[in-house]
Parts: sequence; structure tokens; C-alpha cells
Amino acid sequence: MILDRKHELERKLFRQFAETEFTKELQDRLDETGEFDWDMHRKMARYGFMGVRIPREFGGAGGDYLSYALMIEEFARMDAALSIYANTSNSLGGGPLMMAGTQEQKEKYLPPIASGEKIMVFALTEPGAGSDAGGTTTTAVEDGDCFVLNGRKTFVSGAPMADWCLVFAKTDPTARGSRGISMFVVDLHLPGVSLGASEKKMGINGYPTCDVVMEDVRVPKDCLVGPLHKGFSIAMKTLDGGRLGMAAQAVGIAQSCLDESVAYAKERKQFGQPIGNFQGISFMIAEMATEIEAARQLVYHAAELKDAGKDATMACSMAKFYAAEAANRCAYKAVQIHGGYGYSRDYKVERLYRDARITSIYEGTSQIQEVVIAGQLLKKTGGR
Amino acid sequence: MKIFVTVKQVPDTTGKVSVKADGTLDRASMETVTNPDDLNAVEAALQLKEQTGARVITVTMGPMQAESMLRELYAMGVDEAVLVSGREFGGSDTYATSQIIAAAIDTLGLEEGDIILSGRQAIDGDTAQVGPQIAEKLHLPQVSYAAEITMKDNRLTVKRMLEDGYMMVQVKTPCLITCVKELNEPRYMSVQGIEDCFDKEIRILAYDDLKDHPLIDKTTIGLAGSPTNIYKSFTPPQRSAGRMLSGSTADMAAETARILAEKHLI
Repeated sequence: MILDRKHELERKLFRQFAETEFTKELQDRLDETGEFDWDMHRKMARYGFMGVRIPREFGGAGGDYLSYALMIEEFARMDAALSIYANTSNSLGGGPLMMAGTQEQKEKYLPPIASGEKIMVFALTEPGAGSDAGGTTTTAVEDGDCFVLNGRKTFVSGAPMADWCLVFAKTDPTARGSRGISMFVVDLHLPGVSLGASEKKMGINGYPTCDVVMEDVRVPKDCLVGPLHKGFSIAMKTLDGGRLGMAAQAVGIAQSCLDESVAYAKERKQFGQPIGNFQGISFMIAEMATEIEAARQLVYHAAELKDAGKDATMACSMAKFYAAEAANRCAYKAVQIHGGYGYSRDYKVERLYRDARITSIYEGTSQIQEVVIAGQLLKKTGGR
Repeated sequence: MKIFVTVKQVPDTTGKVSVKADGTLDRASMETVTNPDDLNAVEAALQLKEQTGARVITVTMGPMQAESMLRELYAMGVDEAVLVSGREFGGSDTYATSQIIAAAIDTLGLEEGDIILSGRQAIDGDTAQVGPQIAEKLHLPQVSYAAEITMKDNRLTVKRMLEDGYMMVQVKTPCLITCVKELNEPRYMSVQGIEDCFDKEIRILAYDDLKDHPLIDKTTIGLAGSPTNIYKSFTPPQRSAGRMLSGSTADMAAETARILAEKHLI
């Protein structure tokens, strides 16, 4: 795809911002401490990054999925954790509200998350319901003008900093599997809500993740988002967009692996010459570059489909599947090219290797993407 | 109140500099950027806009390609962009350029209370002449090398950055101020700004729009009307690496003296 002038200029902005602001010192600090950087959050908010995809009337920049994917890619190219800072509000946090919220809900929740004043996160996974999201055991029971929520959500990215959380809970205990699930906005300051300790993660440190525990949390009825018992389909549709973002993140990480490898292959000398002169190294670089470009085009194509309002479920899963696997292969090769130095924290590829690993796991594992792709193909006649 | 900001699209000197056979810069083959000091002037204007509600108008002279720079300035938050462009203006030196830009600003309407902000100098020519010459042509007070600008009523207090210290100057509007990089940190474009910038109008001022202005005289604009002409431009040869001497201090001093004498420097 050849970008139009607007998207080209947006890419320029995202790249300029990330290259200038995501300093090595900041990247190292986030990786070392795992703590959220509020200053960077506010700075990103100031330039409209939190609301790239949120409509103008709700305080966003009114951009499209392609703008969003370009932002995540360029940010992740510098730092994977920082690419998530501006991600949530545009995807799993803001997405369900943009898709299924009432006018009042949009007016209430979208402007503060677009401005970065508030953070909304997404809680679907449970200790016993990961890829099998239909196995949700969190319950919401109607009681007067409220729903009473009980349950535990796990791996809730951003929960330690969040004000609100989109929670999926079973509202019809008689319905099986993914039926009878509804979505609620839960104010994390309500009585009965508690947070677990931040997870000690392998990578993407600097964007904390923890459990959200709800014990008899009384949530007003107007916090129900979308129709009662129909929350699961909204979750799945939101995950299309989320997967697109995470695919873009994987492309950014993979690109960074390539950038580092090319620079190192030119500079590192063995046997009296730069290691890039050896086919063993140069072929790895050629393979990385080709896979990255293929992944990038899948991402942009999926974004284009979504922006055109077409069914993009399979395209998003393909992009996420391929880009995540490519990022892992690129990270492996980048460390290999760096040899012993690649195993040292002094070199960026060591972190890229850890950061890449999550991309084939979260927002649907690679295997779940394959299930989605195959399911789409096999349910249609003729396979196309 | 209006704030005019003069800006220039220049070759990105952090990239490759290429020179044509006739000695002039091969601008077409080089990446372009907004002149860095001009971005400080834009930032200063946007800050004054936030303080006073002034309207910020950027003015540039150049070929039609300068449009892309003006879009970026819209994305930063300026209110209006004007491109002064015409074959008659091509090849102008600083004297001719300042005359044309002064005429353009005057045509756009310079009023009481207005301010003109310029970058100190452009990285392609490094003359620092255009800003001050615009002020002269328009008979405005000027303060150069501004490292700090504060505004109260219609008075500006400017901290000038000079080689050996600072100078505080108070000036009444309308006036012209040239800005140095120490003045501020230019903001980035905003996403919303980019979403909108391609729908905004770029006002073009061509020769015909300015030809009746008293400052515009065909004999003093363009390449033919420019008092200075480029004889030759070239990339200076790279300096060779230095040489480190070793040994006792006396030996090194003697060796230094010998080398300098050999080169007829002492």
C-alpha cells in the first residue's frame, strides 16, 4: 500500500515523537522498574495520541484504523511498552464504547479517555477462562437499580493505573458457553473492587498488569454497555481492532530487530570484515526484511478493510498471526546476529526478544488466530 | 492582533548535501525541512496566541513544493498559511527576498499591535539578514536574537542572546523579532492537526498580487535584481584526523614547534 499524504504525515509525526521522546534512558528505566510513566502518558495525550481513533464529537482526533496502526507500529519500533500507552484508549478501552455505547455513555466516558485524563481498561480473561473466554465465571446479578458483580479478572493490562474497567460477566447463568454474557463499565474506585499485585512479566515492562477482584460490587444499571446477555459478541468484535493494533506492534518490534541487526552487521567485524559480508548473516537480514514487509502489508490491508466498513475478522487474525510469529522469528535472528552481545542487557535486541514473545500470546494466541481464520474459511462455501 | 511568522523550507543538512554543476544547491534531490529557527518563531507565536488569542499567519516565499511545509505548520496550530510564489521572485538574494516578503505582509495588512516573528537565520544560507531587512523595509522596530519574549499590553520585553551576555529590551508593537533556538522547544504536530491540515486553504500571493506594491520593483527582485550573486558553492573538504603526540612534555613541545615551523605557521 502506498500511503496517502495524510497518513504519510501522521507516520512522520509518530516517528519523530517516538525517536525524540522515547529515550534510551526512559526505555531502560521502564524495563528495569516496570513502573508506569505518567509524564509520558500526559505528553502523548497532549498531542492527541490517546484519541487517535476516537471521533471528534467525543474529544478524539477522528482518525481511522490506519492512523492507529501506524502510530502503534512507529511507537513499538522504539519501545513496545510505550506503544501500549496510547493503545488501550483507541482499542480495547474505547473500542467497545464506540461500538456499542449509548450516546450518554459515549459522552461520559470517551472525552476523558481521549484527553488522557482517565484510563479505561478491558477485563475479559479469568484464571480459568483464557482462550476459552466463554468460560467466564464472573457474575452480574440484577438487584434493584444495580447489577451486583462478583468474580476475578486476570492479566488486566493497565488496571493499576485505570479509573474504569470494562468487565465481562455472566448475566444469564442458564445460558451455556459464550451466551448470556454482558459488558459493564466498572468504576475501579467502587467499594468491593480490589486489585492484585502487578505481574512480574518477561517483557513489555512499564505498562503494569494485574488482577481485578470484585466482591459484591454494586454497579448502576446505566453502566451496562450494549444489550443484556450480548456482551460476548461485542468483545469479539472489539478484539478484531485490538488484534490489528497488536499486529502493528509486532511489526514495530520486528522492524526494530531489523534496524538493530543491520547496524550491527555493518559495524561488527570478524575474520577481518563486517559480519554482514557473510551470507549466513546477510540471508537472515533478507529474511527478516521480507517477513516484516509482508506482515506490514497484512496489517495495513486489514486496517483498510476496517476503515471501509468491510468484514475484517479474518484479515485482522491473519495480520496478528503472521506479524506476531514474524516478530518472534525476527527477534530470534536479531539475537543470533548479535551473538553473545545479544544475550546481554546492554544491547536492545535482548529486550526486543522478550518484548516480542507476548505478541503471539495476548489478544488471542497465534493458535486462536488460526482457529478464527480456519473457522471463517470452513464456514464459507468454496473457501474464499 | 495578528502574528506573522516568516518561514523557509530548507534542505535537510543532516542528510546528503548535493550541489549542481553550476555551483548552486541541488534542492530537488535533497530532503527538505522547515528551517529550525523558524520553528522556534512558530512556537513563540503559538504561545502568544494561547495567551492573547492572536491570529497566527505564516508567510513563506518559495516554489510550490513549500506547500508541504505549510501543511505541517497548520498541523502545529497556525491559523493561516501564505505562500509567496512566482517565477519573477526566483533567485532572489536576501535583499530582494526581504523586499518581497515585506510587501506580502503589508498586503496582508499589518496593523497596530501586530508582531512579525522570524527565525534568526536559515541553515542553508546562514545570513541572518532577511528578518532585520523586513523590519527596515516596513519601518518597524526590530529586536534580534530573542531568547525570551514576554508580553504585557502592547509591549514586549525581549531577552536578547548575545555572544558575551544578555540584553533586555522593551519594544512596542508593531515590531519584528528574530528568534534563536534557546527561546523554546517547538511543539510537534498534533494528530487532529494533521487530520485537518489538508483541508485548509493555502493562500498564494503571486507576482500579480504584489506588483503594485511600492516595494516591488522588477529591477530589484529575482535573480536579476539581486545585488549579490552566488559565485560558487561547495562542500568543504573533510578535515583529516588529528595527530596525537607522545613522549615527554619537552619532546612534545619541540615536535609541535617543528611541525608548525614546517607548515610556516611560526
